[in-house]
Amino acid sequence: MAEGIGIILLKFGFILLFALGLGGLLTWVERKQSAIMQDRIGANRASIFGLRLIGLFHPLADAIKMFTKESFTPASAEKFLFTLAPAISVFFALIGFAVIPFGDKLIFGDTVVNLQVAPLNVGLLYLFAVAGLAVYGVVLGAWASRNNYAMLGGMRAAAQMISYEVALGVTIFGSIMIYQTVDLQQIVHLQGGTFWGWLPAWGIFMQPLGFILFLTVGIAETKRVPFDAPEGESEIIGYFIEYSGMGFGMYFLTDFVETVMISAITVTLFFGGWQVPYLLADGFHFPWGEVWLLNNWTVALFQIASFSLKVMFFLWLQMAIRWTLPRFRYDQILRLGWKYILPISLLNIVLTGIVIMVLK
Amino acid sequence: MPNALKLLQNKFSDCIRETNCHLGDTSAVVNKKAVHDILEFLRDDADLNFDLLVDLTCVDYGEGEPRFEIVYLLHSFKTKARIFIKAQVSEPDPQVQTVSDLWHIADWYEREVWDLFGVSFKGHPDLRRLLMYEEFQGHPLRKDYSIDKRQPLVTAEGTNNSQITPTLEQSQQAMEEYVSEENGLSVRHMFLNMGPSHPAMHGVVKIVLELDGEKVVGSDVGIGYLHRAFEKHAENISYTGVFPYTDRLNYVSPIINNVGYALAVEKLLGIEVTERCKYIRVIMSEISRIADHLTCIGAMAMELGAMTPFLYFMQAREAMYQLIEEVTGARITVSYVRVGGVKADLPAGFESRVHDQLKKVRAELKQVHRLLSRNRIFVDRVQGIGAISTADAISYSFTGPMLRACGVDYDVRKTFPYSNYDRIDFDVPVGENGDILDRYLVRMEEIEQSCRIIEQAFEKIPVGNVMVDFTGKEIPAEKMADLGKFGQTEGLLLQVAVTDPTLLGAGESEHAEVRHADKRVSLPAKEKTYASIEGLINHFMLIMDGHGICPPKGEAYFPVEGANGELGFYIVSDGSDKAYRVRCRPPCFAFVAGFSKMIEGCQLADIIPAFGSINMIAGELDR
Repeated sequence: MAEGIGIILLKFGFILLFALGLGGLLTWVERKQSAIMQDRIGANRASIFGLRLIGLFHPLADAIKMFTKESFTPASAEKFLFTLAPAISVFFALIGFAVIPFGDKLIFGDTVVNLQVAPLNVGLLYLFAVAGLAVYGVVLGAWASRNNYAMLGGMRAAAQMISYEVALGVTIFGSIMIYQTVDLQQIVHLQGGTFWGWLPAWGIFMQPLGFILFLTVGIAETKRVPFDAPEGESEIIGYFIEYSGMGFGMYFLTDFVETVMISAITVTLFFGGWQVPYLLADGFHFPWGEVWLLNNWTVALFQIASFSLKVMFFLWLQMAIRWTLPRFRYDQILRLGWKYILPISLLNIVLTGIVIMVLK
Repeated sequence: MPNALKLLQNKFSDCIRETNCHLGDTSAVVNKKAVHDILEFLRDDADLNFDLLVDLTCVDYGEGEPRFEIVYLLHSFKTKARIFIKAQVSEPDPQVQTVSDLWHIADWYEREVWDLFGVSFKGHPDLRRLLMYEEFQGHPLRKDYSIDKRQPLVTAEGTNNSQITPTLEQSQQAMEEYVSEENGLSVRHMFLNMGPSHPAMHGVVKIVLELDGEKVVGSDVGIGYLHRAFEKHAENISYTGVFPYTDRLNYVSPIINNVGYALAVEKLLGIEVTERCKYIRVIMSEISRIADHLTCIGAMAMELGAMTPFLYFMQAREAMYQLIEEVTGARITVSYVRVGGVKADLPAGFESRVHDQLKKVRAELKQVHRLLSRNRIFVDRVQGIGAISTADAISYSFTGPMLRACGVDYDVRKTFPYSNYDRIDFDVPVGENGDILDRYLVRMEEIEQSCRIIEQAFEKIPVGNVMVDFTGKEIPAEKMADLGKFGQTEGLLLQVAVTDPTLLGAGESEHAEVRHADKRVSLPAKEKTYASIEGLINHFMLIMDGHGICPPKGEAYFPVEGANGELGFYIVSDGSDKAYRVRCRPPCFAFVAGFSKMIEGCQLADIIPAFGSINMIAGELDR
């Protein structure tokens, strides 16, 4: 039976909470993880009734601060675009989650719920279309600010995001060639099972080079260190220099949501999405022959947990990278993108093609 | 008579009015008309080769005739000799030929002299004010400019500055005029105000940039936002009273400023401090130098986006600051050194704590080496960027790590050793390309060398009376103060506080170790002050206005190796208890003067590491 509108709304709510919740939580993770890396204590002052919970209330305090601060519009700014731009930015960062599958199927009586908000058969193309539009929020905001620093940031962002857009598409051609589909749910399904009976058949084992390239390009798309030239807080302060209050908050959130997004896509394409090693639709089938049968609900919970954990691992990884490396100069970023990553991605396509031919 | 003076006498016999070798400083008073020719001769003569214009300043003799004396201090890397050339200039319309065509740095030195003394320089390309603002009336370092005379830009009645902010229309109109033709296209460069309030312009410096895309086409550096009239204040306060002002020059390594000023006054007085005191000065100077280098490298890395190395270095710096606090009672505004000694002896057990903290510094140094020195992104950002040729660096009067990065092994501690640096074995690291990477590596190595110096100084320091606490049920003074701060004063008055030896001041027992015996400069030990009439009178004589430390009439220049390079104090004494003129030669002044040259043709993003690498300290730059 087809899904009712209610179920679609439920899924929609779940994924929105997932993305925004993780995005908000990331502000805490960023503070705490950087603090641990740098031998500091990190944020721990915000409290509710004296309860501090190792600083977990800080995202909440941040949100309250952002909402209640004055959103100042400079006199010379283009008022309409200035107000619209951060909303565009956060909108395109969020809608990408619609096609990310976070589980297989949930069965209520005779209703089969596909754990993906929009089961689009061109999911991957849709993702890149959305990622391509994200640059508008940044460039419009920078342009509408009428500030030289913002404009420099906007130009850097445009150059960087458009260059890496190309590489982003090319790096995953290898995966598309292997799976012969751009439907994300199907790609995850194809990553079930094992190689030689024990190694999970995840994308990374077929596309190791593609994975490294994709992660690099993905971090570049999020505009975070080492690819944070558009922001470059010590150089040009960033494309959002004129924004305050919630306008700034939305750009801030966009960065974090994009970080979650890149982790989610990486997991979906290269780490088996919601797949749990040896877990089939009816339970665990271990390589040594043991079998644990589980019901549909438990399996779905395992899958959702697996997906979330994998995403969190990549969030952790991106944070570790962010707090370890210094920043590229923007022409170095472009050189890296066009002269190294793009040719290597093309090489990856050729190699994948040869391997597929040989195996046939 | 030194060789240089002989040669000068031969060649310019009718232009030399007077020669002198006072306190070991060779000087010649010359005809002001011939000053350009004489300086050019001194610079270009193959035997003399005075290629570094260390300093250019002015002294106002007020009622005297001629009124002004322009002082040029030259240094030769080849012969390690120094010479002062003085040109006397009289009113009205004091003017002298510019030497900005001989040395790049003279451009800024002469602008400063024009700004503060009103002596103009014929042929100077751009004689604007440097430290004061455009609207300022008069020349503040002239003797007839009262120290109380203020000229605030913004008053209760409004602003007397017509140019503070142009309107939007005005600035747009101004921009329209800057259209140039390139390859048949009309090109408009972007003008960007970087600073004075900008995250990378630590301290306050303004750079007006002309940008073609992100490429720097031209730039103009503006300083003076932190001008606190150090030199003016120093003329109006007793010799001892200047120490707190010197703390605020290079506020990251204030003890070195203290030491430099004290040594200059001691040179005037002709006294030498005790052996133990010399080593204490060395140890404290090197601890400060480590703190300074750590801050410079850490901040530069942070501005490149590498937050983590910055915080590692801040931890190491904290270790250094704890040591400084333990000895001086303060972290930044230390005022530890005195004329003829230091405030008080090192506390008990200090040596072992220093060794522990140095271990920490070395561990962090190793960690940051691993994080940055071979990091491809970091190296790409700094290699070959912000480079300056050795010839330009000398012409801009660079000293310290910046000059050493260009391959010149000039270090005041080796060339003119003071405070027993000649008895300590250390290396002077040099680079070869003069780029940011070399500056970084030179500073990293200097931290290690400073650690070595401290360790050797502790081996050689003669044992003196080190104060020990007496035992009992007392509580340490700082703990008592902490309790008081939190209002937990109950029963506190009944307790006896143990005063830290460093806070107590010099008592009888350690007095001989850390203070010179000369009654003209050293306060007597506290016991003597309170218990004997001689001590009391001696104390009064040094404290009372109009008495105090009175060096004999004369002048002296003393250079020390500051964290940034040669830090020199030039003091003119008229025999009273206040200096007639105090000139501080700030090392980073030269770097900021040469900054436009350094970033020519760079990317906008390169300005940030380049600016980080020169370690501009606004306190000493603007004085």
